[in-house]
Amino acid sequence: MASVSETVEAGADPVILLDNVNKWFGEFHVLKNINLSVDRGEKIVICGPSGSGKSTIIRCINALEEHQRGSIIVDGIRLTHDLKHIDAIRREVGMVFQQFNLFPHLTVLENLTLAPRWVRKVPRKEAEETAMSLLERVKIPEQADKYPGQLSGGQQQRVAIARSLCMRPKIMLFDEPTSALDPEMIKEVLDVMIELAREGMTMLVVTHEMGFARTVANRIIFMDGGQIVEQNEPEQFFNNPQSERTKLFLSQILSH
Amino acid sequence: MADQAQHRAIEPDDRPPAFSVGAVGWLRTNLFSTWYNTGLTVLILYGLYSLVPPMVNWLFLDATWGDLPAEACREAAGACWSFIHEWWRFILFGYFPYDDQWRPALALFLAIGLLVVSCNRMFWRLWLVYVWLASLVVIGVLMSGGVLGLTPVSTRQWGGLPLTLGLSFVGLLVAFPMGVVLALGRRSSMPTVRAVCVTYIELIRGVPLITVLFMASVMFPLFMPQGVTIDNLLRAQIGMILFAAAYLAEVVRGGLQAVPRGQYEAADSLGLTYWQKTALIILPQALRISIPPIVNTFIGFFKDTSLVIIVGLIDLLGAAKTALTSPEWRGFYREAYFTVAVIYFVFCYGMSKYSQWLEKYVNVGTRR
Repeated sequence: MASVSETVEAGADPVILLDNVNKWFGEFHVLKNINLSVDRGEKIVICGPSGSGKSTIIRCINALEEHQRGSIIVDGIRLTHDLKHIDAIRREVGMVFQQFNLFPHLTVLENLTLAPRWVRKVPRKEAEETAMSLLERVKIPEQADKYPGQLSGGQQQRVAIARSLCMRPKIMLFDEPTSALDPEMIKEVLDVMIELAREGMTMLVVTHEMGFARTVANRIIFMDGGQIVEQNEPEQFFNNPQSERTKLFLSQILSH
Repeated sequence: MADQAQHRAIEPDDRPPAFSVGAVGWLRTNLFSTWYNTGLTVLILYGLYSLVPPMVNWLFLDATWGDLPAEACREAAGACWSFIHEWWRFILFGYFPYDDQWRPALALFLAIGLLVVSCNRMFWRLWLVYVWLASLVVIGVLMSGGVLGLTPVSTRQWGGLPLTLGLSFVGLLVAFPMGVVLALGRRSSMPTVRAVCVTYIELIRGVPLITVLFMASVMFPLFMPQGVTIDNLLRAQIGMILFAAAYLAEVVRGGLQAVPRGQYEAADSLGLTYWQKTALIILPQALRISIPPIVNTFIGFFKDTSLVIIVGLIDLLGAAKTALTSPEWRGFYREAYFTVAVIYFVFCYGMSKYSQWLEKYVNVGTRR
């Protein structure tokens, strides 16, 4: 049973460390004693049924949700109520949402340059150059002057990824990035994410795209009922799942 | 399946049947499509027939024009525009010294001209702000006098249209940012701030404007230290601002609540501070959403300024009413109120039209 939650990988250089993290929504215990350590450059896919707490975990890492017990350390900074710590962590952690959440009143280019200019105080010209090079990377430089509402879902999500990358984050969190997309657009977003992974970004991805998990992940975490039920490298996870719950989940999502 | 595949040549376009296009088609579909639609059309036509000709008669054909005495008016069947001819300067400028009335007239021109210019996005530049500041100084000088050889004119003598526009414009200029701050305060996570804002908004909204004006005019001086007096006009202005701010706060709050939670989260996750998030992401979207109700509040506020008559200020409507009290011209209510109504309508309709354009303009990018 090398794959149960207590075994934290003995990486030398954890960039994220969750220690006995607990969270409640009112009376509902969403996260139960979560222990997780992520190494620099590691790619982790988190999966599980809905309501299992997988999104909540990554939302706790950049303090969009507040955890109530335990400790979270990101890039050496302990997450507390202190707004300075929260802002410091958010500058290092990028996030991509299921619903893209682009700013609809700003053009694509303005979406990308806003945070670098206001948070990092990068001069406008430099911010725009960075933004354009990132738009090249996600293969939509020609859309720079359009508004988000004029783009397809897949294009919007690629802009959202570029927007996060503009802040030069050390860690990227993906909260079901392809769940709101039409099937033919999923691939263009996954391609961008695969490339990002190849470049060595530390990534935590909540997704049901098991193909992506197979190709990219160093580790797959399966959650249910607010707990990490099982974690393993992809090969072992898919071919030799340990717990009954995992087997059931895999049979359901891989059967069709 | 394959043998069901068919191929047809593309047919040339045909003209639609004659009864469905052109004037006849329009009449058919819009006015006479069903029996009850036909009935309504006939009814409305009859209504127009019985209303419009008498109105035209009263307004124009039977009306008395030009410099005629009141007696001549009383004999005529139509409207007495001689009343307006006699009193228009008083209605427009109130008790402002007659010989100096070019000053409020010039101030009006300047203000209205600048408002019209400011509506055009071509001029949305920084220099426009400076032009505004300079113009406000010029308008102030024109109205108060006392410098550059202009006779000083006390605010007690201000009146008519400049008073109405001034109260509305300055009122909204101050009340709008106040309303935004109150709306943000009401949604604040700090309980004290929230409590203060909620109390303020609910207290003011729970009281009629007349009461607020009375309080500002009568009770306010009681709290002032001995010897300090605040100008009556300023007191009324403050009362109006306090009132409008509470209403605008609720309108803006509606807009704030309509901004999706994801926008807040995206701004947070990028590391923007509260004020950056509010100013750059949330407010631009919230205010866009609330343009119609904001303009609605503006229009209401513009007309509510007519209530300052109860604290002794002679605004546009007040001046018209005062003109009616002259013994010679007693009784020409319809002419007085009609004229005032037309002036109010021009401004309100202008605001309404502009808001429609603004709504379209700011939504260019967000439209799908």
